[in-house]
Amino acid sequence: MTAIAERFTGPLATPKRVGVAGVLLGIAAFWIALPPVHERSLVVPALLAAVGVAAGIYAAAKGSVRAGWGAIVIGALGVALAYLATRSSVDNLQIVFTWSSLIAAMFVFATPLVYGSLGGIFSERSGVVNIGIEGMMLMGAFWGIWGADVTGSWITGVLIGMAAGALMGLIHAFLSIQLRADQIIGGVAINLLALGITGYAFVQIYGDENISAGVSEIPRLNLSFLDSVPPDSLGNFLYGAFGRLSVMIWIGFVLVVVTHFVLFKTPIGLRLRACGEHPRAADTVGISVYGVRYAAVTLSGALAAAGGAFLSVGVISSFNENMTGGRGFIALAAVIFGNWRPFGAFGAACLFGFSAALAFRLGNAYSGSVPGLDVVAQTLPYVITLIVVAGVIGKSIPPAAVGKPYTKQ
Amino acid sequence: MNEIADRPPPEEEEPTTSAGRLMLRQKAGGIIPPVLTAIFAFFMGGVVIAISGHNPLSAYAGILDGAGVNWFWDHFGNTSVLDLTTFNLTQTLLRTTTFIFTGLAVAFAFRCGLFNIGGQGQYTMGLVVGIWVGAYWGNSLPNGLHVVIGVTLAALAGAIWAGIAGLLKAFVGAHEVITTIMLNWIAYWFASYCFGQGGPLQNTTPGQESNPISDSVYQKSNAIIPVLWGNEGLQALHYGIFLAIAALVVFWIVLNRTTLGYEVRAVGFNPEAAAYGGISVKKNFFLAMAISGLFAGLAAGTDIFGWKYSAGVLDVQASTVGFAGIAVALLGRSTAVGVGLAAFVFAGLDYGTTRGLDPNVFEPTLAGNLSLMIQGLVVLFVGADLLILYLWSLRKKRFATPRMSGKGV
Repeated sequence: MTAIAERFTGPLATPKRVGVAGVLLGIAAFWIALPPVHERSLVVPALLAAVGVAAGIYAAAKGSVRAGWGAIVIGALGVALAYLATRSSVDNLQIVFTWSSLIAAMFVFATPLVYGSLGGIFSERSGVVNIGIEGMMLMGAFWGIWGADVTGSWITGVLIGMAAGALMGLIHAFLSIQLRADQIIGGVAINLLALGITGYAFVQIYGDENISAGVSEIPRLNLSFLDSVPPDSLGNFLYGAFGRLSVMIWIGFVLVVVTHFVLFKTPIGLRLRACGEHPRAADTVGISVYGVRYAAVTLSGALAAAGGAFLSVGVISSFNENMTGGRGFIALAAVIFGNWRPFGAFGAACLFGFSAALAFRLGNAYSGSVPGLDVVAQTLPYVITLIVVAGVIGKSIPPAAVGKPYTKQ
Repeated sequence: MNEIADRPPPEEEEPTTSAGRLMLRQKAGGIIPPVLTAIFAFFMGGVVIAISGHNPLSAYAGILDGAGVNWFWDHFGNTSVLDLTTFNLTQTLLRTTTFIFTGLAVAFAFRCGLFNIGGQGQYTMGLVVGIWVGAYWGNSLPNGLHVVIGVTLAALAGAIWAGIAGLLKAFVGAHEVITTIMLNWIAYWFASYCFGQGGPLQNTTPGQESNPISDSVYQKSNAIIPVLWGNEGLQALHYGIFLAIAALVVFWIVLNRTTLGYEVRAVGFNPEAAAYGGISVKKNFFLAMAISGLFAGLAAGTDIFGWKYSAGVLDVQASTVGFAGIAVALLGRSTAVGVGLAAFVFAGLDYGTTRGLDPNVFEPTLAGNLSLMIQGLVVLFVGADLLILYLWSLRKKRFATPRMSGKGV
């Protein structure tokens, strides 16, 4: 409580706040060069960015290194991107930066990552490294659409997909908890196995054809009241961004809040985190470390699979071999970037989703004039994660006992 | 260095890294566990074939024929007959060459207690550099010299790519599994950009500009590794296989007969103890990763100059040779002889389940996925064979010490 009180009674311009303001100015420098503002001269963005960088230097010198350097880097990036934007044609900018649909696309790209990273958080917080998120997601993608196809309902489809993912989670749990196998090896095995199983079953069941059209899809939640929010432009924006999102995207939002609450506000969460931080201590006070870890890893498989099912049942209504294409690993990166916290991982997933959505649009708009721009944007999640694990932007600290098999005494 | 040395010595006499522990137990059983692992994995694969309504025996017979293994009883010793059987065997041996290198890429790091999941990315970077050197650069060089420079630079590209992960591990403690996975995806997109439309290494042949594939080394400079067995121009076996066998020998000598190998193994067995003994853990982490990457880069170099001659976006995106290297190294127990044998097994499985397989016997689309499943099962059972060895060591421990530490297994 005192910490919160200090936050409000302390001086207004703490170094950290100056740094954050610098970061915002750097973003603003880029933003005003984009639709709908369309600043076509570089003077204003350069001024904004210069103030941002100055704020960053001040913050870094006063001891808030992270925010300060963030402001310096983002200020420099902001002015560079603004320069590119002023050089680019207004038409192309409008294709790429239609904010409402860009945000809606961001949520579509981010949602599989959100589910996957929540799964990763449960597993890793309980002390089990889960490299197999990718494979569990792929299982969810195939068995989800298969279930929706066979039962004719997307709900049972997603549930069947989640069950398949949970089964993989159970195998991983057995290997890493009971057999104390290397958890990385177990995860690699899960990924290879899932690739083989889904590919085999897909060819066996569907042959050369794909899943027939008309499979039950995950419905969108139509919030038409958003459209009538005044003023008109805001209403249009809100409706475009949030008005037609899939039900599973909204469930994802809810799950982030629920996961945060369960992990940090309930006894169950405390027990789970204890198993990941100091299993011996947890065992001493009567917590079943094995039981908690089994539950967490199985749950993690089900959650990751739900993300995969969203991809197949919710987005493209069909299946391709290896269709998750590394999203499980990006989800894992989101876990690390988000410092093993649900809201942090959600933010990271949105950032990665945004860069994926942007890459997609950049590819459409600039494929002729600037080859490779879309590809550069595709690598963004991976580069950011490398920088994060290298500790350049703040250190992320994993649970103390993660990856270490526990032996009962 | 110091922070490792300052920590209290480990409690047990076992190695402290998972990889080190695994190695110790794997060595305990000799050749029996790997053979049992392989048999069990193939048996489970057979069960899957049977469940899906095919005959496992005829399927496996077809895969053996597809791998060209029947050469050994059809015309053993006679290398002049160039029929389908011989062709299939040369194809298996081609892939054996690749798999030996990618297997060594995982095995060498593994002996240092590191898990190099990045063989795929290191291979990809080797492909890019190999193609660049072979087809776009130095066409006036004598062919032999051109090949040597090309293969060397491809190997160096792999070493640098892995070295990044090694440096991050050594200096900021970033987990090599996370960093190598991220580097895999960066390499994936980088190579897709290079070979894709408008990329710097895209085909310049008139009429081919829309084809996302590079120029061919064969056509541009004819700097190729000479053919050893088969028809030139029909993907014949090249002399690179001797380089792979030499790499196995070098791997054994470096690990078992040099100071570097001693230090690498000491760090792999127990970094804390190695640090106490005055061995630089950081230096060995970096060197082990870089040498691992060197092997992966060699795989790419010999592939480019030996039989692929060109690479395209599809090659990069569909290739799994780096991941196969994980299964090769684990089944081969990270020893020179083991990697050589396991590479042959997986190479045969790879070719015998895809292009070598007679579609009338068993569908190659199914079998290709079967091959992935068997790889996954092998990796999985490497975890599970710990159970057998663990119980074995427990039985011995029970007589040695009264303390029981294995409840729950």
